[in-house]
Amino acid sequence: MEVSARFRDQRLAERLAKKIRALEPREPVRICHVCGTHEWTISHYGIRSLLPDSVEVVAGPGCPVCITPASLIDAAVELALSGVVVATYGDMFRAPGARAPSLYQARAEGADVRVVYSITDAVKMAREEKDREFVFFAIGFETTAPLTAVEVLRRPPDNLSFLVAHRLIPPAMEALANMEDLAIGGFIAPGHVSTIIGAEPYAIFPERYNMPVVIAGFEPLDVLMAIYMLLKQIKDGVAKLENEYTRAVRWRGNERAKEFMRKAFDIADGAWRGLGVIPSSALELKEGLRKHDAIERYGLNVSLDGQGDIPPGCRCHEIMVGRAYPTDCPLFLRACRPNRPIGPCMVSVEGTCRIWALEGGWFKG
Amino acid sequence: MCLAIPARVLEVRGHRAKVDFGGAVREVDVTLVDARPGQYVLVHAGFAIQVLDKREAEEMLRAWEEVLGA
Repeated sequence: MEVSARFRDQRLAERLAKKIRALEPREPVRICHVCGTHEWTISHYGIRSLLPDSVEVVAGPGCPVCITPASLIDAAVELALSGVVVATYGDMFRAPGARAPSLYQARAEGADVRVVYSITDAVKMAREEKDREFVFFAIGFETTAPLTAVEVLRRPPDNLSFLVAHRLIPPAMEALANMEDLAIGGFIAPGHVSTIIGAEPYAIFPERYNMPVVIAGFEPLDVLMAIYMLLKQIKDGVAKLENEYTRAVRWRGNERAKEFMRKAFDIADGAWRGLGVIPSSALELKEGLRKHDAIERYGLNVSLDGQGDIPPGCRCHEIMVGRAYPTDCPLFLRACRPNRPIGPCMVSVEGTCRIWALEGGWFKG
Repeated sequence: MCLAIPARVLEVRGHRAKVDFGGAVREVDVTLVDARPGQYVLVHAGFAIQVLDKREAEEMLRAWEEVLGA
């Protein structure tokens, strides 16, 4: 789309960067985003190098693969090794479990593990191979959850069930807002989650936490503009919810997608890898749809205690809330590398460690 | 994961649509949106999740150019 390219305009970016520097706060300001794709944009385009010294941008838990509990990966591996076909999205394949290594290694041991681009592909496979049992490992935030809802409600074949690991972003942001030591001064809210949920759910942050929020798109100008808007609010001493990504995000989001989610899921407390249980942050299949719930169908025992979430020495749990940078971790680019990841943040293309390793997110100019 | 890519809708048939990702034509599911040919949609994992508002995009850029004195 030619319009997208204009959101990468260098001339506008330079002027915007100048305006941002003119807003340099006297006290240090920490801005937190909650999306792996935002971290990619920030690292890839060297956005940190354009910011004043007193402004820091950290990455929150915005990588769905990274936050999926190791116990659920163990369950998926166990299923795969028992002869069930496990289908899932790209990176989930390589994420390490606690007891089990990863789906990738299960496949090396002979299990049938399939990477799909869309949940619809998994449904199609299950329909075509009626003699096999299929489980779709459904991970992801509000951007992805409606897709699962559509397929679950569309009467999937009986030989397909779902290992639902969807998590919700606003409750995770609220958990971060409550971690006082993080001292977050403002949030950049994730654009694509927001296309579904709308701007509305973020209103609590200015209201309850006096914290500015700007919803942003994913081109470099989008992110720069969001940082500018946040710094402007901070300078003016106000806390508002603003939307920079108006071309895709409406106040109430995608009503139809939200309706699908309401029909398919109940909200429950959810474990986040390395972060513990966050209240009302997970989706589970509604009572009437439980016959397609893999946990129920196979009697899986999935613990929420977080055992084995973080390998020894790994600081992913601190990196995922912006309490540490990848460069603070002794394993980063030494023992832990993109081709031989130890922690979940180095596995996924949306993990902060992997992005920093490949894009040099730490360069400050 | 939450990556979504803009594509132009070519034709809609029921809940499926042919869309053009700047040259690559694919079929996507349009259950979640009301998309018409010619419109741009954001596509995530095989589903259109939102219709892009081209006028909003143009207006935003125009407003920025004004503010930034470009």
